[in-house]
Amino acid sequence: MAQDGHKEHPKYMNIFWWLLGLTIAEVLVVIPDLPIALKAILLIGMACSKAILVANYFMHLKFEKKTLAIIVVTPFIICVLLVFALMPDLTTDARHEGIEKPAEVVDTSSH
Amino acid sequence: MEHATTSDHIEDVYEPSLTPDSLGKLGMWIFLVGDTMSFGALLAAYAAVRAGAGIIGWVPPDEILGINLTAGMTFLLICSSVTMVKALESIQNGNVSRMCTFLGLTIAGGFIFLGLQAYEWYHLITHGLTLTGIPDHGLSGAAISGSTLFGPMFYAITGFHGMHVTGGVIYLIVILIHGVRGRYTAEFNHEVEIVGLYWHFVDLIWIMVFTFIYLL
Repeated sequence: MAQDGHKEHPKYMNIFWWLLGLTIAEVLVVIPDLPIALKAILLIGMACSKAILVANYFMHLKFEKKTLAIIVVTPFIICVLLVFALMPDLTTDARHEGIEKPAEVVDTSSH
Repeated sequence: MEHATTSDHIEDVYEPSLTPDSLGKLGMWIFLVGDTMSFGALLAAYAAVRAGAGIIGWVPPDEILGINLTAGMTFLLICSSVTMVKALESIQNGNVSRMCTFLGLTIAGGFIFLGLQAYEWYHLITHGLTLTGIPDHGLSGAAISGSTLFGPMFYAITGFHGMHVTGGVIYLIVILIHGVRGRYTAEFNHEVEIVGLYWHFVDLIWIMVFTFIYLL
């Protein structure tokens, strides 16, 4: 598994500061009224960066054999594919045919 | 000379045989890969339900959930991951008491996280986020109608993660007891590394849950 004789440790506090910085950046991205697509790209990008940092340095995946990394990455790819596989069934107008759209609440107090 | 070169090449191509240490690590990694699929399925279902509700309406989660509290919970889990790697680093350097201190801090982080999650759930339930409804903050009828599945999805995903944290805290307590009794040394410490893998995985999953459920 781990390479023989590997006792060197990464600088964990550097990783901690990166994770903290990215978490603060994530919270700051939510505050301004950005387009949802841009917000999603930024947030997912930062979340994936944090996940990679945790896996590579805290879980020492970077120092393991490449085979293990391939095994670990596979389910993440399958999960992303699963989302896209489910989308066609849930985003088509056909699903909502026959469902009466609820009436918007109209504020009549000003009249 | 030629023979040596060939054997070097073979060693380079093939994985070394599994040792008792690496077997435990491999077992944990396989478990985590399976668990990733469980969380992945839940998050994929959440994404699909949300996309499906898009036509009718979906309440922005940050209008219902407290971002500041959960950002603090995220910070707490990151800190507990650091204390976990510091525990492993300590025992690999032969320092048992330092390892026990860091393991204790990691356990404390887990307990505080669970306490904050219980507080959050209590707060949300008393304010109307249940399995069948969401709080009414002057939202339109369309948004409320489209978001009726938010409650069940939220409690399923955060509850599943909370169960993992609970399991991790129990697992860490067992390892700490072994550590206090002097089981681990600079040469024999793979059990600490394996519990660390589990704990970092719990942190990694929370990073995803925080982004997908609370922020997006």
